[in-house]
Amino acid sequence: MDILWNSLREIITPTTAAYALAAIGLNVHFGFTGLLNFGQAGFVAVGAYGFAIAVMTFGLSTPLAIAVTMLLAAGYALLLGVPTLRLRADYLAIVTIAAAEIIRFGLNSSAFAQWTGGANGLYNEYSDWLKSSNPYPSGTLTLGPWTFTSNDLWIATVDWIVVAAVAGGIYLLVNSPWGRVLKGIREDEHAMLSLGKNVNLYKLQALVIGGLIGALAGILYVQPTSVQPFDFGTRMTFNMYTMLILGGAATVFGPVLGSMIFWVVMRFTDELVGLGVQAGLFDNVTQGSQLRFVLVGVALVLLVVFRPQGILGNRTELTFDAR
Amino acid sequence: MRDDTPILVADNVHRHFAGVTAVDVEHLEIPRGRITALIGPNGAGKTTLFNLLTGFDKPQTGTWTFDGVPLHGLAPWQVARRGMVRTFQLTKVLGRLTVLENMLLGSKHRAGERLLTFWRGPDRHDQVRAMEILTRFKLDTKAGDYAASLSGGQRKLLEMARAVMNEPRLVMLDEPMAGVNPALTQSLLHHIKDLKAQGMTVLFVEHDMHMVRFVADWVIVMAEGRVIAEGAPASVLSSAAVVDAYLGAHHDTDLRSLIAEMDAK
Repeated sequence: MDILWNSLREIITPTTAAYALAAIGLNVHFGFTGLLNFGQAGFVAVGAYGFAIAVMTFGLSTPLAIAVTMLLAAGYALLLGVPTLRLRADYLAIVTIAAAEIIRFGLNSSAFAQWTGGANGLYNEYSDWLKSSNPYPSGTLTLGPWTFTSNDLWIATVDWIVVAAVAGGIYLLVNSPWGRVLKGIREDEHAMLSLGKNVNLYKLQALVIGGLIGALAGILYVQPTSVQPFDFGTRMTFNMYTMLILGGAATVFGPVLGSMIFWVVMRFTDELVGLGVQAGLFDNVTQGSQLRFVLVGVALVLLVVFRPQGILGNRTELTFDAR
Repeated sequence: MRDDTPILVADNVHRHFAGVTAVDVEHLEIPRGRITALIGPNGAGKTTLFNLLTGFDKPQTGTWTFDGVPLHGLAPWQVARRGMVRTFQLTKVLGRLTVLENMLLGSKHRAGERLLTFWRGPDRHDQVRAMEILTRFKLDTKAGDYAASLSGGQRKLLEMARAVMNEPRLVMLDEPMAGVNPALTQSLLHHIKDLKAQGMTVLFVEHDMHMVRFVADWVIVMAEGRVIAEGAPASVLSSAAVVDAYLGAHHDTDLRSLIAEMDAK
């Protein structure tokens, strides 16, 4: 029973919230506009490091640091989007994944260690604003079957408020005439051009908005712990795609649900492996955790075969070929 | 008073792909307020000409004006906003949007489509007009269905209806009748005549000579990238060269000699 409750705890953790938020941003790109962004981790890294460096190196106040980070992320989106969005869709995919890796290696390198901490990353001296605004009583708090430290619960609260606000904003946007143009571009760019829509402008707007959401997720992601360059690898982006497909791409709450299920399953298999090691099934945890990824992979294959539209997706959308 | 100036005038439009000439049009006029058919054998350059005029492709040389305004060098969406709307030979409906959403995307009222004023939802007037046009095209019962669920012929209808929604001055239809059953073809022909009655100019590509005869006021014949004949349907369609181009009797010899004659001039 403990295993189950421990796993379900992942539903509300800050990491789940941050991933949900970044996946919402990726959904603006991939789900609604059809942009193949394989480097959402790059936007998350820009957010995380941008904020941390703005606070720790330049001593900016929190609101100012957030504003500067958002400007940086918008600039990064423009840098990637302006040269590639008028080319075929695959070019954006190549450029985003390459740029995200360049950023990660740059952050990891000792050349910029005085700002980025190099391979050690940055310890979270930047989250004092959150800790000092905590209204919850200090110590350990109990929420249903779970216990949290006061600080963790406060960060989770702030994170989920941000996720709810952004999801609400995206709901309004994608159901507006503007959002309809994005979906039209996803279906057929040439048709939209022939109807007088400035397709490249819309794609750029979508790339910037989804990127800003990704950067905001980066700020949230590093609040509870520290900034580690290793976290922002390609696996982060592909985990987000898994969440999108799991929850249902092109739905507003699909990425949120996807992130929750993803982390619960990851934790659950983790706990199972722990039990397996105790029971002598595996020699060590490493061996077991390899099996864990096999299990997650099998689960994904089953999902794509039996429910390709995701949990919240609309089956009828998939019953015909889009074109 | 009727305006008799041509709505579109093109000069010296030349497009070649790696040395192969696709379009080489010295002069072209599309008469205003009429239905013009663009005919010619496969590979004659009709679709390339469509792509060039609407900005989907760029020519090596060439200028053209639409209603007196130069349009060459503009992006496709800018061309469309100036009142020249095309359809595609391979129909492009927006599959995972509903038929009504397809129509609303055709609307010229774009306030809500701007990011900074996104909350300005679709004009009620637009919805009403979209439903009116859909009714005319017998698609009103499908308004809530995904466009991808439509049949090939219905997609052709939707694409034409969506173009009409844009209130263009010139509608360019690329093979609107291709793959459409005879009963639907009849109604499509009437829709095309209807567009003219509403004051639009129509330019369409078609292979079936009976339909061209039935609906067109003016015929332009292309072969090997050039305009080889133009005129009223009755005279053009009885011309030996044109008949050969389609029926293939002396296809190569006749067209080549005609082109040789043109070169000589």
